Amino acid sequence: MLFARIMNEGKFIYESCSIGGQMVRKNGEIIFHDPVSKTSAFLISIYEHFEFDYPRFFKMDDLSKLGWLASEILLKGQDGIRNCNPEKIGVVLSNANSSIDTDLKYFDSLSDTPSPSLFVYTLPNIMIAEICIRNNFKGEGVFFISERFDEKFMAGYVNKLLDSGKLEFCICGWVELFQGAFQAVLFLVGNSPGKGGQLFSADQMIEIFKIQ
Amino acid sequence: MKDVFVSTCNIFSPLGKTSAENFLQLKRGISGVRLYTDSLLSAKPFYASLFDEGDDFPIDPPIFHTRFEKLLIGSIREALEKSEIDPGHPKTGMVITSTKGNIGLLETRPLSRDLIDRIALPTSAGLVSRYFGFKNPPVIISNACISGLLGIIVALRMIRGRDYEHVVVAGADLVTRFVLSGFQALEALSPLPCVPFDADRAGINLGEGAATIILTGNPKYSDGVRVLAGSVSNDANHISAPSRNGEGLGQAIKTALWDSGLSAHDIDLVSAHGTGTPYNDEMEAKALNLNGLHHAPVNSLKGYFGHTLGAAGILESVASICSLKENLILPSMGFKRSGVTVPVNICTSLLETPLRNLLKTASGFGGCNAAVAYSKN
Repeated sequence: MLFARIMNEGKFIYESCSIGGQMVRKNGEIIFHDPVSKTSAFLISIYEHFEFDYPRFFKMDDLSKLGWLASEILLKGQDGIRNCNPEKIGVVLSNANSSIDTDLKYFDSLSDTPSPSLFVYTLPNIMIAEICIRNNFKGEGVFFISERFDEKFMAGYVNKLLDSGKLEFCICGWVELFQGAFQAVLFLVGNSPGKGGQLFSADQMIEIFKIQ
Repeated sequence: MKDVFVSTCNIFSPLGKTSAENFLQLKRGISGVRLYTDSLLSAKPFYASLFDEGDDFPIDPPIFHTRFEKLLIGSIREALEKSEIDPGHPKTGMVITSTKGNIGLLETRPLSRDLIDRIALPTSAGLVSRYFGFKNPPVIISNACISGLLGIIVALRMIRGRDYEHVVVAGADLVTRFVLSGFQALEALSPLPCVPFDADRAGINLGEGAATIILTGNPKYSDGVRVLAGSVSNDANHISAPSRNGEGLGQAIKTALWDSGLSAHDIDLVSAHGTGTPYNDEMEAKALNLNGLHHAPVNSLKGYFGHTLGAAGILESVASICSLKENLILPSMGFKRSGVTVPVNICTSLLETPLRNLLKTASGFGGCNAAVAYSKN
């Protein structure tokens, strides 16, 4: 029900990307499949498959790697947004367990020498920072925590950011990772009708979310 | 744009359990920060503002709430008691903010899937929500040190979106070995009480606390202060270091002022993030200068409360709203001479002066920045 009244027409999902179930999908189509590799190895195999060249990637924790990879694949073919004012591009993400995977790794390091580099990743919004640093996005970033992907809240919140003119483009979605189980579903949303894509709505997001 | 008012507030800190108690201590120049030697938390002594170990924040009925949840409940309860707002009303919402919530349970309980679920913030927010009988699901934000201020901005939008009439925004964080060791590993802790913006500043002190601010779209529940606007930005520069030029925070301040219809000259008080680290305070001073705010009185409340992390934006907003109401600017504790490279007007003594417009800022790991403007009617 949140913001239901302002969920009007005129916003589009230009692209979607999901990573999970040993697959990577772009706009619903499987573009990569690795039935064997486990979490960390699977993330690296995606990186290698798409021939990314970004050494920072290897410094990230697995949660940030997952979100970063999904954002890279999401943004492929959308070079037009590079012309947009960076202050008008935002990232609104969510998950249920924050940075728990890295929290446990950091906590383990306490018995020896606490790792400052791991500690920084014990905040889920660092993933947003990684995406912003890569793309020079300077608009609003928010990390919400919810038990499951709250498509209605997310649609309402992102709609309001676009309606108010605060943002022209927004990456939104869900990125969760904990001990071998992970899922990322990201959407690139904006309000320029010329770019095509599907209408942005809570229902449309959840339809895409369910394809796994 | 629809007016959004502050209804009631609470600060629940080692200095007191109500905003009135806390503000009284601030006016007296009393700080919660002191030296601790607690081997369970840290091998070395450290300065922080902590609750007494025996302070268990009792709630009635005593169920299975953790210390973190009881802290939130204690803060929300007092704010709700003072207001006439019904948490069970279909148009009342709740926003919870925290950086690490129940993470301290890792230090006392064996690891299991159940423990992971217990640590997850939706579990805590759900328990707190049920305790008060909220009908709407809680909105939870975990966004480093701007979490609290972001909570206020999100609540503002929830009310302006007209689906909510009232939103209870509450934030809390505890000082755990997990968090303390991390800041120690980053060499970010001050070996002495923190002195934001001062030439001798050497880092932060951590602080425990919770704070609540109830926002309403109904003037009937207003206490005379409005939230005008808020803005959020990202530096896109570094995951743990503040930007060198202050442009990211500068942008958030600029937009918050613009959306408020205020200019730099209208701002009577800036409640800065002012952590006391060399880089943060320098960055903030530059951001203020980028917006022509070098004349505006500025304080940081970290010297009184320490850095209360996910609660800080709410806690420091509430204390500064008390300042607005009493027309009293609090001195920035510990400040003697400027240690930033651009001019800033740091308050050094308790100053009675007419106050109307307040700007609150925050910045955090991940290059995130937020600014909110408040105005007294």
